[in-house]
Amino acid sequence: MTAQATDAPQQALASYNFAYLDEQTKRMIRRAILKGIAIPGYQVPFASREMPMPYGWGTGGVQVTAAIIGPDDVLKVIDQGADDTTNAVSIRAFFAKTAGVATTTATPDATIIQTRHRIPETPLKAGQVLVYQVPIPEPLRFLEPRETETRKMHALEEYGLMHVKLYEDIARNGRIATTYAYPVKVEGRYVMDPSPTPKFDNPKMHQSEALQLFGAGREKRIYAIPPHTDVVSLDFEDHPFEIQHFEEPCALCGAEQVYLDEVVLDDKGGRMFVCSDTHHCESRRAEGHRGALLGDEPVFGTTPVGDKEPAI
Amino acid sequence: MTTSDTLEALAKAGIPAPEKPLLTVEKLTRVYGKRIGCADVSFDLWPGEVLAIVGESGSGKTTLLNCISSRLTPTCGTVHYRMRDGASADIYKMSEAERRYLMRTDWGFVHQNPIDGLRMTVSAGANVGERLMAVGNRHYGNIRGAAIEWLARVEIEEDRVDDQPRTFSGGMRQRLQIARNLVTEPRLVFMDEPTGGLDVSVQARLLDLLRGLVSDLGLAVIVVTHDLAVARLLSDRMIVMKEGRVIEAGLTDRVLDDPRAPYTQLLVSSILQV
Repeated sequence: MTAQATDAPQQALASYNFAYLDEQTKRMIRRAILKGIAIPGYQVPFASREMPMPYGWGTGGVQVTAAIIGPDDVLKVIDQGADDTTNAVSIRAFFAKTAGVATTTATPDATIIQTRHRIPETPLKAGQVLVYQVPIPEPLRFLEPRETETRKMHALEEYGLMHVKLYEDIARNGRIATTYAYPVKVEGRYVMDPSPTPKFDNPKMHQSEALQLFGAGREKRIYAIPPHTDVVSLDFEDHPFEIQHFEEPCALCGAEQVYLDEVVLDDKGGRMFVCSDTHHCESRRAEGHRGALLGDEPVFGTTPVGDKEPAI
Repeated sequence: MTTSDTLEALAKAGIPAPEKPLLTVEKLTRVYGKRIGCADVSFDLWPGEVLAIVGESGSGKTTLLNCISSRLTPTCGTVHYRMRDGASADIYKMSEAERRYLMRTDWGFVHQNPIDGLRMTVSAGANVGERLMAVGNRHYGNIRGAAIEWLARVEIEEDRVDDQPRTFSGGMRQRLQIARNLVTEPRLVFMDEPTGGLDVSVQARLLDLLRGLVSDLGLAVIVVTHDLAVARLLSDRMIVMKEGRVIEAGLTDRVLDDPRAPYTQLLVSSILQV
């Protein structure tokens, strides 16, 4: 993953450096990334640049990707698990154009996966890098608005306040009702916001084979989880951490134990639950798994739920 | 300075004199540019003793309290605190982490305005439980149990445990703030005008409650007040400040019944008689 300043694949874009950012900026970002890897979970400040996209669209993730990407990399971009939404398509096209890299939607083929708020269902392997787009990196922000104070709390490891939030959840709802951006403790030291991923994905961060990098462009922070790092979701002894459970399998591919999106079908209360990870769903359907509502030819309600007959 | 007075009082009450003071303040001075906040203040505080700092507005009471409680760095002078292990530590030589840990375990700070000392947007139970969670308690049931127990001790009904303090009256907020501070069983509590802004009947009940808690728990308290009646009710000993300096110190009854310094005489004679 080394980028060459002179390695401009497109003559038409000669005025852009490889992967858009200039080399000095990439070096600055790489230094921040290295520091982040050295201190897992610690938010490293960096001189975030203006990117040709608005804040909130992944400027942090794009800068991290631009700093680590090389001509041999294969890039996958997902937005809430999907490869085909605006944000994912645009960022993939951006790097295809400015870096001339190969892109893919297949999780196992990718070397860099930039993600907005999901971790792919397919387990990541060594050598892969997962780049998160982070809106608000500070887990204590809504509990303590002063940045001077939250930095001090991180420095002195004063994390009692984080449990005050979880306590409030239980007091109001009878259980920990936080479902996304669920705070984690990294390698027994720093409390970290895993970006607004559903808490379903929290266990995947623990002892991951892949390197995980987090970029927050507006907030100018980078943090990291190196491979094989302990990532523990905060909880109470009598209210342990739990991930979401779904009543029914994916309506298209029949997958269980995956994170599902609810899709409203009509205005009469009709709805279906489908895999949030589109690549996972598509590859399962290609393998012949069928969900209850998958219909590529007219099906008159004869397919029972969970039937695994080959499609087509 | 007044050590002999204290020992005398303790002997009178039949309590054996402790060997060493809990807190030793020596020549504490804080200046704001050319102005004096407080100057050259020295005293000892013994375990279980209540000390009142009285004086008019601007006399340096709050500056002194903040300097002692490590909320404001003094210009010169030292504050030594006897830790639970018996060793005496200079609080300004500790690391910040140690000092903050001390503040939320062995010390308490009751603000005049409860909004400064409470989290107004989290429930009363979480307010009381925060210190427990900060020292590593991770059992929801136990934390909640302790919170309910402490709310009962400060006369707040159990069914208010999940209400936010912004729905509480002024007196309830102040009692909640006291519960929040006492839940870790501190040995030393600082209070800055704890009854300020409350009407007299609520003040009386709060003082009654404080007196009960102080004697039950054997708390050492430094209370700043401009209200001599509060000092009379709560404190064993008092120091009178004027223009940043201590002008008189002694047992509360002695100072109030037989004030020696002309300013103290003025102060005592200024109490409204109803």
